[in-house]
Amino acid sequence: MASIRLILLSFLVLLTGPTLASAGEPTPARQAELLYLLRHDCGSCHGMRLAGGLGPALTPEQLRPYTSEQLGATIMHGRPGTPMPPWRHFLTQDEALWLARRLKQGLGR
Amino acid sequence: MKSWILALLLLFPALAGADCQIRGTGDLGVIIERASGSLQVVDTSHHEAIFHVAGLGDLSHASVVYSRDERYAYVFGRDGGLTKVDLLCGRIVKRILQGGNSIGGAISQNGRLVAVSNYEPGGVKVFSTDDLSLVADIPATPFKDKHSKTVGLVDAPGERFVFSLYDTGEIWLLEMKDPAHPKVTKFTGIGRLPYDGLITPDGRYYIAGLFGEDGLALLDLWQPEKGVRRILDHYGKGEQKLPVYKMPHLEGWAIAGNRAFFPAVGRHEVLVMDMESWKLVGRIPVHGQPVFVMARPDGRQLWVNFAFPNNDKVQVIDSENLKIIKTLDTGKGTLHMEFTPRGEEVWISVRDRDQVQVYDTDNQTLKATLPAKKPSGIFFTNRAHRTGL
Ligand code: HEC
Repeated sequence: MASIRLILLSFLVLLTGPTLASAGEPTPARQAELLYLLRHDCGSCHGMRLAGGLGPALTPEQLRPYTSEQLGATIMHGRPGTPMPPWRHFLTQDEALWLARRLKQGLGR
Repeated sequence: MKSWILALLLLFPALAGADCQIRGTGDLGVIIERASGSLQVVDTSHHEAIFHVAGLGDLSHASVVYSRDERYAYVFGRDGGLTKVDLLCGRIVKRILQGGNSIGGAISQNGRLVAVSNYEPGGVKVFSTDDLSLVADIPATPFKDKHSKTVGLVDAPGERFVFSLYDTGEIWLLEMKDPAHPKVTKFTGIGRLPYDGLITPDGRYYIAGLFGEDGLALLDLWQPEKGVRRILDHYGKGEQKLPVYKMPHLEGWAIAGNRAFFPAVGRHEVLVMDMESWKLVGRIPVHGQPVFVMARPDGRQLWVNFAFPNNDKVQVIDSENLKIIKTLDTGKGTLHMEFTPRGEEVWISVRDRDQVQVYDTDNQTLKATLPAKKPSGIFFTNRAHRTGL
């Protein structure tokens, strides 16, 4: 079920792909990995449906005040003094930016 | 519905998933399947699922407590859902959405009340275990335009609940002896960002882990008037911490003899503390940042799992000589462990393999595996009779 959802999501990504910046766009396989990471590993603090937990909800409304670049930087470097860790050892700049854009677009439930 | 289908369901109730079993529940438990919002009721004597129950909502970070007769499981979901599940019939008795975003709960000493701690709206709500009707609503201290998130909710002897306020750094003691008149005692300034709490198995000490600073906050429930004091505040001073990719859990804190074992935050270590002096007496280097450090019920072994990116292994430590006995390659996404009541087996959920692995704790070999969809928490019914679980 979850894997079907992942596949569907990555299809959506493929379909909506051109509306995203294409520079440094992760490969479809990597995109699926990133979305899995988002749900399960980011999800341990932000909720698997990103509706919030110890960390805030990562929904488009919540993230509206920030640009994708700012959010990409938060993902790469974390927020010192809070539990939000830096992810730069696991993600490239482009991947973090791609995730930030996906979050701002909304991933559905 | 076509009437012949109805007739078929009546003739073969198994098809409807509602044939109740006549049996004891002491060897039952549940496995949470977090991605599909379902759970399995498992029989630990026969290593098999006896029911699959769906429709429990968002189960990321779900936890479970049991009624004192060990028949009903109360499941706390991330979406604020509180669901009462009948283990003997494999069905939902009642489900309510009690808040926007919850994190866990506890059942009272006499089993009549179930409390839920919420991130959103921050606070604790108390319900009747019977029909899940609201008994008390305790909003947390206002913080920014909301209320502080509440974490580390446990039950304590005397119809009490204890929990911590993440944003405002407090511990609250909630007394529910008279359910119509809840009594709250607040301890403020206990430290920055308490992220979880635990109560010792005897119900005497409540301890909150702090994310924002070193050390732990300790409340002696035999003498609450003495207030909260800080322990282990010198450990790790000046050392560089690693980023934390998953918050460690304090629940099920391992106590063996007079020593307590728990996860170091931001370090690849299990910490050892002397329970008489509350002093750190050892650090055990391990494979990654520990998430759960669980003692086998006899206290002889400690089983440890780890945070991302090291969540592919489990290590077993000898609690006497503090040596690692075994490192098991359980697989990526090893999320939770649960011992059978007397500890001859441990059940381990491995998310990315969609399975639960059952190990013989004596020789740490794999005895059985059960299929499960993205399993996370495993909870056995003997928790019903343990304070704080
Ligand atoms: C260990 C817990 C934890 C994990 C894991 C985690 N976060 Fe966070 N995150 C937080 C917390 C707590 C905050 C809020 C920090 C603050 O107080 O400013 C946060 C903030 C954020 C923000 C800023 C949102 C805002 O409204 O301020 C973004 C974006 C974010 N996280 C993305 C991610 C992504 C993407 C991942 C996975 C790659 C991730 N986080 C994993 C705890 C976590």
